[in-house]
Amino acid sequence: MNKKRMVMGLLITILLAALACDKILPGKPADDSILDGPIDGLTGEQHQMFLRGDVAFNDDVFTATNGLGPLFVSTSCGSCHAGDGKGHPFTTLTRFGQTDSTGNTFMQLGGPQLQNRAIPSFMPEQIPAGAAFSKFTPPANTGLGFLDAVPDNTILSLADEHDADGDGISGRVNWITLPPYITHRPGTVERNNKYIGRFGKKAAVYDLMQQTANAYNQDMGIVSSYEPYDSYTHAEIDPEVTNQKVLDLVFYLRTLKAPIQRNQHDADVISGKQLFLNIGCAKCHIPELKTGDYSIPALANKTFQPYTDLLLHDMGPGLNDGYTEGGAMPAEWRTPPLWGLGLSKNSQGGQYFLLHDGRATTIEAAIKGHGGEAQASNASFQKLSATDQAVLIKFLESL
Amino acid sequence: MKQYYLLITLLCSTATLYAQIDPVLLRNTPKDTAEMKMNMDAIYNRPFLQLGKLPVALGGYVEANYQYLKENGISEGHQFQMRRLTLFVSSAISKRIKFLSEIEFEDGTKEINIEFASVDFELSPLLNFRGGVVMNPIGAFNQNHDGPKWEFIDRPISATQMLPATWSNVGFGIFGKKYVKDWVYAYEAYFTNGFDDQIINNAEGKTFLPASKTNADRFEESFNGSPLFTGKVAVKNRKIGELGLSYMGGIYNKYQEDGLTLDKKRPVNVFAIDFNTTLPKSKTYINGEWAWVHVDVPDTYTEQFGRNQQGGFVDIVQPVIKKPMMGFEKAVLNVALRLEYVDWNKGSFKSTGGNISDEVFAFVPAISWRPTPQTVIRLNYRHNTQHDILGNPPSKIAGFQFGFSTYF
Repeated sequence: MNKKRMVMGLLITILLAALACDKILPGKPADDSILDGPIDGLTGEQHQMFLRGDVAFNDDVFTATNGLGPLFVSTSCGSCHAGDGKGHPFTTLTRFGQTDSTGNTFMQLGGPQLQNRAIPSFMPEQIPAGAAFSKFTPPANTGLGFLDAVPDNTILSLADEHDADGDGISGRVNWITLPPYITHRPGTVERNNKYIGRFGKKAAVYDLMQQTANAYNQDMGIVSSYEPYDSYTHAEIDPEVTNQKVLDLVFYLRTLKAPIQRNQHDADVISGKQLFLNIGCAKCHIPELKTGDYSIPALANKTFQPYTDLLLHDMGPGLNDGYTEGGAMPAEWRTPPLWGLGLSKNSQGGQYFLLHDGRATTIEAAIKGHGGEAQASNASFQKLSATDQAVLIKFLESL
Repeated sequence: MKQYYLLITLLCSTATLYAQIDPVLLRNTPKDTAEMKMNMDAIYNRPFLQLGKLPVALGGYVEANYQYLKENGISEGHQFQMRRLTLFVSSAISKRIKFLSEIEFEDGTKEINIEFASVDFELSPLLNFRGGVVMNPIGAFNQNHDGPKWEFIDRPISATQMLPATWSNVGFGIFGKKYVKDWVYAYEAYFTNGFDDQIINNAEGKTFLPASKTNADRFEESFNGSPLFTGKVAVKNRKIGELGLSYMGGIYNKYQEDGLTLDKKRPVNVFAIDFNTTLPKSKTYINGEWAWVHVDVPDTYTEQFGRNQQGGFVDIVQPVIKKPMMGFEKAVLNVALRLEYVDWNKGSFKSTGGNISDEVFAFVPAISWRPTPQTVIRLNYRHNTQHDILGNPPSKIAGFQFGFSTYF
């Protein structure tokens, strides 16, 4: 082979490789197939903060050296919320306390959350004798900023604590006491020095700042200046995470995009949505909400489709674990947003783990698990033909 | 396969093993090409240059590359990387006492490591004694890792991230070889400082033996006072190839301090098998390694850190043109393929009984051109498919790498 042929061969190889680049390099997944990514309309500065929060959430792994534990549930935020989606039973959170709302007397015994893992040489917690408990599957993070930006008055307008309209649905607010580091959102409503909880399975969390500080402390055993007490010694110790990191992470959670519905123009999906409305699911899983004024302009005054009312509902004896959280009684659960439901399998290892503790491995099983205020809708679902049930589930999977 | 069982049996039953340090390599003279070289010889099987009457010989290699990779459609753009600059210094202190050191600068000056710095004493033809910073002979890649010997820009994932190549420690040991016609038998055995608890306490979020490499103190003191044993037996036939079996094990955690018990002793055990051969007719070179890692992780710790890992790679290199090219008399053009796999966490979840995933598979087709045996210019396409611990849809990384590696 002469020099000319060799050089030509090399050039052709490089050219072919360059031309083939777009074909054989992995493409970006469709936006509607993933949950992560920022909302539209952020500034460059906000994108930087989002990226810092993304690193804090997904890449920062805590170890015994940088503060993990000594008792903990998980080593990073991302290990509970893969791809910002719903979690897996591997990182189920166990809350324990008591059955009534007189206060959690097990706080000095490690409550409210069980740290079921420990760094080497330490023993994890056990649920104290006499304590009621409940298991919580980690929720998706998707679109949390939109939920955070819903005005308190909107939530109050959806509540019907005494079922005044007689429809059998009596959503109510969980009024909670705020920790001192919380900044009230504009227009927040206060009653007897208590505020509306809107996050968490029992709506026991006011905003994403409280959620983040709590998760660092209770899930990973990481002390911050916001939650300065070590979950193991219960003593105040030096912060193990900086305020800036906590703020970056909160910003990340606020600005994660909302899930994008798939196949929304499919005839079955349209029919399924109508069935969803017809059998009363939308009385709690409110399809559309609107944000108010908000500190992040890109989230202000936006209409979005979360399928929740952010209120507590009595879900009947089947979902009564006997555990009370704040004012949320054992059978009461906050309506979980249904957006992103169809993508849950992609973060739960290929199968569904639904309802508060992941006991339902299909959407049908989750619907059948509804009791209490949702019993009528459940019964209506059971009366649907198999075809209609499938169509309704197809709609739910499109969310 | 029967042949390999026979080889292993022969190796184990061999009572007398002979070995001899080959001082020829330390002189500025041609190598004895008739002698069969094994992976354990790699540290001396390098080009050295001796200047005049200086008592030392010098050598080294350098490798640099360009790469363009995408992960799930997102790229960090065009990257130029200076991966390694490695310097060797060897000295024949006497006819039967040698010193060799290898100092490596990785990613510019981001990491500077003494990878090897040992003195070899030939006590008798049957027994050599080695002391200093030695490369633990686990698998084959750890000892035989010089960039110019490989057709691929990235080192094997299993060898560098599961086994912690390059993995060297301070210690002492013995080694030897015996030649019988077309066969050579070899052994190595060392006690060195070892791992520490970073293997299950690291920011990788998985059991990760290379985490212990960040403990620079291991060249000064053992983390827990328990030595790490590494042993290997290998056999090579001129026509069949080389087979190696190796083991590395010790205690990784600090189980006591100041006489107080902190924890029970927790072992890490690693087993590896390696093989290489050149098919006689096609001259196809096949080189592979597979390893198993077992770590005693506390039951009360997170399942994120695997108790068992396994993985390996196989390289297939086919020379397609072997003739003078562009003025290089011994030029060779190869096509090659690497297949590699690592299961970082072999087991099942306590909560569901479902499989713990956390695995990576990669294939790397390559074209390499060797203008001389000591220099390689490589074009690789890499495609990784990586599943997280839950087995969710995989992350895909793929792209092109182009670069060179050469001894100097």
